[in-house]
Amino acid sequence: MHEHLETASDITGLSRVVIEPVSRVEGHGKVTLLLDDERRVRQARLHIVEFRGFERFIQGRPFREVPTLVQRLCGICPVSHLLAASKACDPFVLGNARITPTAEKLRRLLHHGQVLQSNALHFFHLASPDLLFGFDDAVAHRNVIGVLADHKELGLRGIRIRKYGQEVIRHLTGKRVHGTGSAPGGFLKPLSAPERDAMLRDIDQIVDWCVASNALARDNYLANEAEFRGFGESESAFMSLVSRDGAAELYDGVLRVKNAAGEIIVDNHDPARYLDLIREEVKPWSYMKFPYLAPFGHDAGYYRVGPLARINNADFMPTPLAEAARREFVDYGGGKPVQAALAQHWARMIDTLMCAETIRELLDDPELLGSDLMAQPSEPAREGVGVIEAPRGTLIHHYKIADDETISYANLIVSTTHNNRGMNDSVRAVADKYFDGREISEGLLNRIEVAIRAYDPCLSCATHALGQMPLIIEALNPDGSLQSRLLRHDDGRIAQE
Amino acid sequence: MNGNDFTFVLDGENIPFEPGQTIMEAATQAGVYIPHLCYHEEYRPRGSCKLCTVKINGHFGTACTMPVQPGMQVDNDTDELTAMRRRVVQMLFVEGNHYCPFCEKSGNCQLQAVAYHVGMQDSHYPHFYPLRNVDASHPDMLLDRDRCIQCELCVRASRETDGKAVFGLSGRGTRTQLVVNSESGLLGDSDFSITDFAARICPTGALIPKREGYPLPIGARLYDAKDIARVGHRQPSSKAAGEK
Ligand code: SF4
Ligand code: SF4
Ligand code: FES
Ligand code: FES
Repeated sequence: MHEHLETASDITGLSRVVIEPVSRVEGHGKVTLLLDDERRVRQARLHIVEFRGFERFIQGRPFREVPTLVQRLCGICPVSHLLAASKACDPFVLGNARITPTAEKLRRLLHHGQVLQSNALHFFHLASPDLLFGFDDAVAHRNVIGVLADHKELGLRGIRIRKYGQEVIRHLTGKRVHGTGSAPGGFLKPLSAPERDAMLRDIDQIVDWCVASNALARDNYLANEAEFRGFGESESAFMSLVSRDGAAELYDGVLRVKNAAGEIIVDNHDPARYLDLIREEVKPWSYMKFPYLAPFGHDAGYYRVGPLARINNADFMPTPLAEAARREFVDYGGGKPVQAALAQHWARMIDTLMCAETIRELLDDPELLGSDLMAQPSEPAREGVGVIEAPRGTLIHHYKIADDETISYANLIVSTTHNNRGMNDSVRAVADKYFDGREISEGLLNRIEVAIRAYDPCLSCATHALGQMPLIIEALNPDGSLQSRLLRHDDGRIAQE
Repeated sequence: MNGNDFTFVLDGENIPFEPGQTIMEAATQAGVYIPHLCYHEEYRPRGSCKLCTVKINGHFGTACTMPVQPGMQVDNDTDELTAMRRRVVQMLFVEGNHYCPFCEKSGNCQLQAVAYHVGMQDSHYPHFYPLRNVDASHPDMLLDRDRCIQCELCVRASRETDGKAVFGLSGRGTRTQLVVNSESGLLGDSDFSITDFAARICPTGALIPKREGYPLPIGARLYDAKDIARVGHRQPSSKAAGEK
């Protein structure tokens, strides 16, 4: 959509603006804007340093270690990696056989806990300050502490919802982060009745709060619709897993793609054949690849993933309250997928509500307490693909093993990579619209940050706990000398140099 | 026998011993934990890991090799010794490649437990990142040399208990590696079996059964709730099958 701003046709005489989070953690992002003599944006790019070392690191490791190992990829959605890798490695134990029903339910419960906690973290800690206080609110106030001060009830709820998700994870894996639980072939630890009861105790409250949170996200979007609709706009197809009957699905299912017109252009696609669908383009200026849908070519094959894709793609939600919420969303879209970058927050809260309701259903299922956790091994396969809907979207793990059961090939596509193009497009749209040509303003910095944040990219892992992305914007003259610099520290202090 | 003749002083307490016992044996019998890694009661002590270093009448010595004498003054649980042992453990960590978070032995590993016990917070020394091979050729057992501390317990168990001599150490200094006695050098080509005692003796995650995964959930593992000093001296025995 804003592709013309990806690469300027002639860069001589353009000056460069760099926006860079000052962060020590891997996965940080940087925005560069190239300006022409009239100080119009001629090129805008978001660079994310993607951490791909794991694919090499696990070569030669025994596959049974892999799920527990790869969850270290991420401190925010480790369970999604644990489960995607478990699914990919199941065939190394079971061949075509399935894991036991109890193991599958425990994995599902675990995953819904993960998505619940990650979505809540993002919405309440990172996004709600932008949404409640506006993009021009003082940075020192536009954070979760500000939310707690002005909207105490809401802030506390967010913290409690997140904590509930973490408790689900702890009960099933032994730890709130980076535990063990799922393993190739099934699940390791049975759930006891007291543990189940502890989770049951609060779940009605959590569902109620998720209903209220969805209403808040919806009302906030609709109240600001005129501004939000075109903010960081981008038009794409959407990819996600759905169940075989077309319901939204986080743990297992088939791949579906819906185009911008609302037509389903890929359906029932076997996730194991993701390579038929997705090609990853390498661009010389970015470490992160740019995937597109191969059958439709580079342009028509532009797609995004995540909660927005999940809600846009589903025929229905598997739980009643989330389905009611989805209908409101679909009505707003008028039959077409909703494209607005900021509608992702609303979609994320519908997704969250589905998680809470699904957790409640699973907790009521007596099979959850079963003791048959590991399926009987059968003729093992040598290759496996595990696809899951992580909080940020479709997550793909693909492995092959050698004769001695060590990993000989690994390919991972993390959610944020799918959205690389979408984030770039939104950044360009914002830069195009809000850069006044004269000065890199705090307003511009804030808006670029808000656009990136709407995608909840992995680089949010790298941002400060208060949700402040420490950023630098630099304007460089065509000869490379520094013209001006705006710097925001991670405590929110702004320095003009 | 007059018990008073056969006592020594360990951290200020009078401890009885039997003639011929080492400090380690006498302490273990009395329920006192002295950190150790290469010691096993069924084999002649090697004295190689130095973790059991204690102060004997004011001089450093290894508790696993030193015979007790009546009236000996032995210090075990002191700040000085803990600090020294911490350095020893840190060296063991940097000499191998230990990634506890995904190691199947985590929580049940003596090396890790001892590291907690001596208050190790970081590696202190630069990591060697040695290149060591994983040998996954055996159908039932995995040999991950990254985690081998070269304590030679498997070497001794295989030779003395199993009568096989599957393992040995080869090379010098930092190049030392655990080697397998087979034509190809692979465990799968040796006569090693999961029922061997050597298959149960490794104090770390270097020699572990395949297909076990992470058998105990976090919280239920041997050293999760209690420090190794309180768990006490726990070793697999060649007589009792299956104990880990
Ligand atoms: S062998 Fe022990 S110390 Fe080494 S990685 Fe495994 S748990 Fe950690
Ligand atoms: S494999 Fe285990 S028992 Fe054998 S020498 Fe290495 S650490 Fe010791
Ligand atoms: S992979 Fe988990 S947040 Fe990015
Ligand atoms: S236990 Fe005494 S030196 Fe290793």
